[in-house]
Amino acid sequence: MTGNAVTLRGATLRFGQHVIWEDLDLDIAPGECLAVLGPNGAGKTTLLKVLLGLLPLSAGTVTIDGRAPHRGSAQTGYVPQQRDFDRDLPVRGRDLVQFGVDGHRRGLPFTRSRQVDAVIAAVGAQDYADAPVGLLSGGQQQRLRIAQALAGQPRLLLGDEPLLSLDPASQESVIALLDAYRREHGTTVVMVTHEIPPAAGFFDRVLYVAAGRWAAGTPDEVMTGQRLSALYGTHIDVIRVHDRVIVVGGEGAAGHHHLPAGDHGRHAGHESAGFPPDGQERR
Amino acid sequence: MSIWFLLAQPFAQHALVAAALVAVTCGLIAPLVVIRGMSFAVHGTAELAFTGAAAGLLIANNPVAGALAGSLVVAVLIATLGASPRERDSAIGAILAFGMGIGVLLLGFYQGFATAATNILFGNIFGVSGSQLLILVVINLLVAAVMATWYRPLLFASVDPEVAEARGVPVGRLSLLFLIVLALTVTGAAQVVGTLLVLSLAITPAAAAQRLSANPLVVTALSVVFAVVAADGGLLASFGAVNIKASVFITSISFAIYLAARLAGPLLRDRRQRRRRTRQVQPADGGTKVLR
Repeated sequence: MTGNAVTLRGATLRFGQHVIWEDLDLDIAPGECLAVLGPNGAGKTTLLKVLLGLLPLSAGTVTIDGRAPHRGSAQTGYVPQQRDFDRDLPVRGRDLVQFGVDGHRRGLPFTRSRQVDAVIAAVGAQDYADAPVGLLSGGQQQRLRIAQALAGQPRLLLGDEPLLSLDPASQESVIALLDAYRREHGTTVVMVTHEIPPAAGFFDRVLYVAAGRWAAGTPDEVMTGQRLSALYGTHIDVIRVHDRVIVVGGEGAAGHHHLPAGDHGRHAGHESAGFPPDGQERR
Repeated sequence: MSIWFLLAQPFAQHALVAAALVAVTCGLIAPLVVIRGMSFAVHGTAELAFTGAAAGLLIANNPVAGALAGSLVVAVLIATLGASPRERDSAIGAILAFGMGIGVLLLGFYQGFATAATNILFGNIFGVSGSQLLILVVINLLVAAVMATWYRPLLFASVDPEVAEARGVPVGRLSLLFLIVLALTVTGAAQVVGTLLVLSLAITPAAAAQRLSANPLVVTALSVVFAVVAADGGLLASFGAVNIKASVFITSISFAIYLAARLAGPLLRDRRQRRRRTRQVQPADGGTKVLR
């Protein structure tokens, strides 16, 4: 129990009667890299908000390094989804990274830290750090985002679909960057993602949330038709093409984004999951 | 009348100081207004400062206090009614239209000088009294203090609300704080250029500045300089043309700076990009894109 980077016990989140997920028990070891998968609206981002201390649990407990998460913690870095900035936004890549150091702090804004230069160099963004962010490619932006998150030297790095909308080459280079960093610094990574990236071996484990239920284990354990069918309560196929894992929903609905999310209220009960008893999951 | 004679007169000195004070506050907040996409909020707040000024004129013969009260009420209303930018804009539109109607009604009841009404709308810089100047100084100090303390989190929350929230920045409260600062600034500016022309000091300088640099601090500094040049330059120009209101010159200079920056901006940007490209030995990002 002790020494975990993140510990969730009986963690439940409800909005009114609507159960997002419940009775989530999960230990994340220091330096571990966890993917959070599931359909839209399954509460993946919500889980990150809990870890960021922005949202309290409805029931259960959560600790980071043995303590309750609190907002603005220096221990936690956050990489968001790539988004488009206006082309004439008067903010350079360097400013974005600077936010990661002192953007939350009050006081006169005349600082130039060596830390920023160092972390920009660490992600290989020196060449475009002085360009306006609105002119950068998605991959360049996300590198700077990672620099921003790492500038505070976090022990836990949270990502909310940081690879979404990047081309495959940029995805691979961003993953390689994250992987190298976390292996060197022993940083724990929790990353919401819509698919397991082809770069095999980046994620140690997967947390799959759907229809108010969840399953956790190694990618090979969780990403099977049997496990996901039980999770969704409907027939699911998991297809492996080369090193890609594709989840195909029932009723002819192909593609990960069109998976039947299910009626959370109806499927949220304890009785219908029926997983095999091994592994870390609800019965 | 020579310009030196005019400059020796207290009313002209008051006017120059008032214009500079207003320009500095406007120039300071203008970049954040532009980044947050709040031009319409400035317009709305200014129009409703008019309603407040009309009420102030009618009730206490004090348009400045009325304008201040009016714009603060509007700031709070905008903050409570508009959660998303789209919602905010439609809320401002709705409040603005109703508020202007009330303003016209109030002015209808006003029995004083007819010029008092035009002064609210188009500014009367030469009518700035000692006590009004004092109000402007106080507003200036307040805005400067807020910006000195909160500039960094404000910029963070404006550029990147999601990550700012994750880093513990109180994004919602800062947005209310900014609206209040905006209301104070707009009220001050309305004394000089009038409620209808506030945009020329609270938006145009930043719109011009961000064409010339991507460094937020440089943009803020340029925006302040542009605002001061437009405000005091316009005022000095009006000394030479007694029949034309200073507002006309102020808005014209402000717009001229904007046009010049729009022309110069792309040239500057191209040059910087070329310099960066030649510095780049090889693209660092997957080998595909350097700069779109």
